[in-house]
Amino acid sequence: MSKTANKDESFFKKLVGNQLFIPILAILLLAVINLINDPGFFKITLGTNNAGNPVLSGYLITILDYGSELGILAIGMTLVTAASGGQDISVGATIAIAGSAMLRVLCGGTSRPTELAAPIIVAFLVACVVGMICGAFNGMLVAVFKIQPMIATLILFTAGRSIAAWINNNELPIVPDPKFAYFGSFIPGIPIPTTVFIVAACIVVIALVLKFTNLGLYTQAVGINEGASRLNGINPTFIKFLSFVILGLCVAVAALIKVSRLSTINYSVIAKDIEMDAILAVALGGNALSGGKFNMWASILGAYVIQFLTTTLYKFNVQSDALAAYKAIVVIVLVVFSAPTVRDYMKQLAKKVAPAKKEVA
Amino acid sequence: MKKKVLSILMASTMALSLVACGGGAKQETPAEPAATEEKAEEPAAEEKTEETTTEETATEDTSAASGDLIKVGIINNDPNESGYRTANDADLKAMFTEANGYDAKFAYSLKNDEQITAAQGFIQDEVDYLLLSAADTAGWDSVLQDAQAAGVKVILFDRTIDADPSLYEASIVSDMAKEGEMAVEWLAGQGLDEYNIIHIQGVMGSAAQQGRSGALSDKVAAESTWNLVTQQTAEWNAEKAQQIVQSVIDAGTPFNVIYAENDDMAKGAVAALDAAGISHGVGKDVIVMGYDCNKWALEELLAQNWNYDGQCNPFQASYIDEIIKTLESGGTLSEKTIIMDEKGFDAETITQDDVDKYGI
Repeated sequence: MSKTANKDESFFKKLVGNQLFIPILAILLLAVINLINDPGFFKITLGTNNAGNPVLSGYLITILDYGSELGILAIGMTLVTAASGGQDISVGATIAIAGSAMLRVLCGGTSRPTELAAPIIVAFLVACVVGMICGAFNGMLVAVFKIQPMIATLILFTAGRSIAAWINNNELPIVPDPKFAYFGSFIPGIPIPTTVFIVAACIVVIALVLKFTNLGLYTQAVGINEGASRLNGINPTFIKFLSFVILGLCVAVAALIKVSRLSTINYSVIAKDIEMDAILAVALGGNALSGGKFNMWASILGAYVIQFLTTTLYKFNVQSDALAAYKAIVVIVLVVFSAPTVRDYMKQLAKKVAPAKKEVA
Repeated sequence: MKKKVLSILMASTMALSLVACGGGAKQETPAEPAATEEKAEEPAAEEKTEETTTEETATEDTSAASGDLIKVGIINNDPNESGYRTANDADLKAMFTEANGYDAKFAYSLKNDEQITAAQGFIQDEVDYLLLSAADTAGWDSVLQDAQAAGVKVILFDRTIDADPSLYEASIVSDMAKEGEMAVEWLAGQGLDEYNIIHIQGVMGSAAQQGRSGALSDKVAAESTWNLVTQQTAEWNAEKAQQIVQSVIDAGTPFNVIYAENDDMAKGAVAALDAAGISHGVGKDVIVMGYDCNKWALEELLAQNWNYDGQCNPFQASYIDEIIKTLESGGTLSEKTIIMDEKGFDAETITQDDVDKYGI
């Protein structure tokens, strides 16, 4: 066996073994499909919007823009998954709650205000607190009362949208200030969607947190073996609780974008089914849904893969109610590929193929 | 210390949930979106009964004991679904009160199967009347037969179903097909050289979607100058509508009409237009059409940002009340299907009075 071949093999192994491999492969696959179908997919043009500001537009910008909420949620969902070995299915409903609280503060309880009742930053902070309380509620049930995460979050999943409607007395207020719409669209003079900056800020924050604190290590430790981590001086209850609170914060940021996009929300349909997409993003990132080790960047990339897929399907004029079926296919493929039996088989196949190649050479 | 923080948080979340429940009952908003009867409201309702009975026995002899109340079970779609539904639900709640001689129970769901379960529950509860706004047109035969066997009279409101007319007493509906025809007729009257339409549909299979899509589909099939650029369901969801229109804009396909089957979706579509710098409204590049006459939508018409809004009358409660009164007094109904008056508003002719009067 020559040395170069050995190197090649290990490089190949490393590549396949890397968690980022699957989401990057998926993006490349989607990119190639679109390139073959219509190279215009990758065209980005500079135009002006109706407010007279320069804006970039094109499918790629659309993916970056609309994938933002999912990317932010993927951050929190990854931590929750890693720490608790379960998923939070209430994020869509909590977006409605946080968004509704934000509207309530901004509009002061009237449905058609003429000016803001409170500064935007105050409303956002209130939404953050509300989101974190919802997260704390879920975290409490999971960490302290040891309820399965999916069951615990089912409570807010069911009741959340009604709570959101109650916060605003069933009214659908509209935020009058055009400045509020900047978060979900464009800041005058900057042609890149604001949402891209918001996601970037979130990524920087979580990167710093993971680098300079033990959060990542502790979360993985708790997810892999709760008992052992407790014996090593980590408080598993607190780590799980914290992961849900962080998700609550992510939800509040996502709610800001959602509310800002249309300056209002509809409680029953806002961020509908987004929880499933967020979980799918975590799975696409190659993270075990049973908890333990995680790769944050793979999850975030996974979120954009989903938006890439959605945008591609819209481009192909696939009926929007059929989108879920296509996502289901992705899930099936993922599950099959990550199953241990298939992985072993692939390994053996790779071994068989590699020597055969050498002989030919 | 940590425990303290935890206990405070726990207490506050519990308090929050309590407040949520209490407030919900007071404001008569549904506590749960699923098809559950509003148990939270019952204690409040009982209190009310006591109040009214004491008052009425003091003034006159008509007893308002629960035996004399007409028991109605109302199955509706989730009031948070849209402004239309909120107005509709508020109208029903205002009509079917104890003061008006009704003992009403409400169930809400956007899902047909949950609605059917709720209907079965009401039949077992032996309600006198079952008022139904079905989520879906199909699948109601057997449960309505059960109702008939149990002597429960069924009145449909707002939406029709695919069932034998003998299974229900009356149906008070908006003629969705007529709404669609009015809108398409209006659009044809705009005299464009070519109609390149983005058609954003509601939840597929709902009566509103079928009626409002039908007229447009027929016209597109009949005229060579009418084309559908895309035809997609956004499921009454503004965000989805925004993405659908965004996709068409990104593709660079030209279009000049947005035909959205409700106001929310039209709003989402307009958000996408605004972001792309495409002008819309009276005398602009793209004609925007919506339905349901939300107040904010009519204001968009008044500001000439949109072009057309079709009305869908949500105020059926008085019609239902009349029917029940007729049936209770032993009378017969002159017609089974009662169609409500509806209008379509044009941005060029709408007035502030219209906004105030018809906005919901």
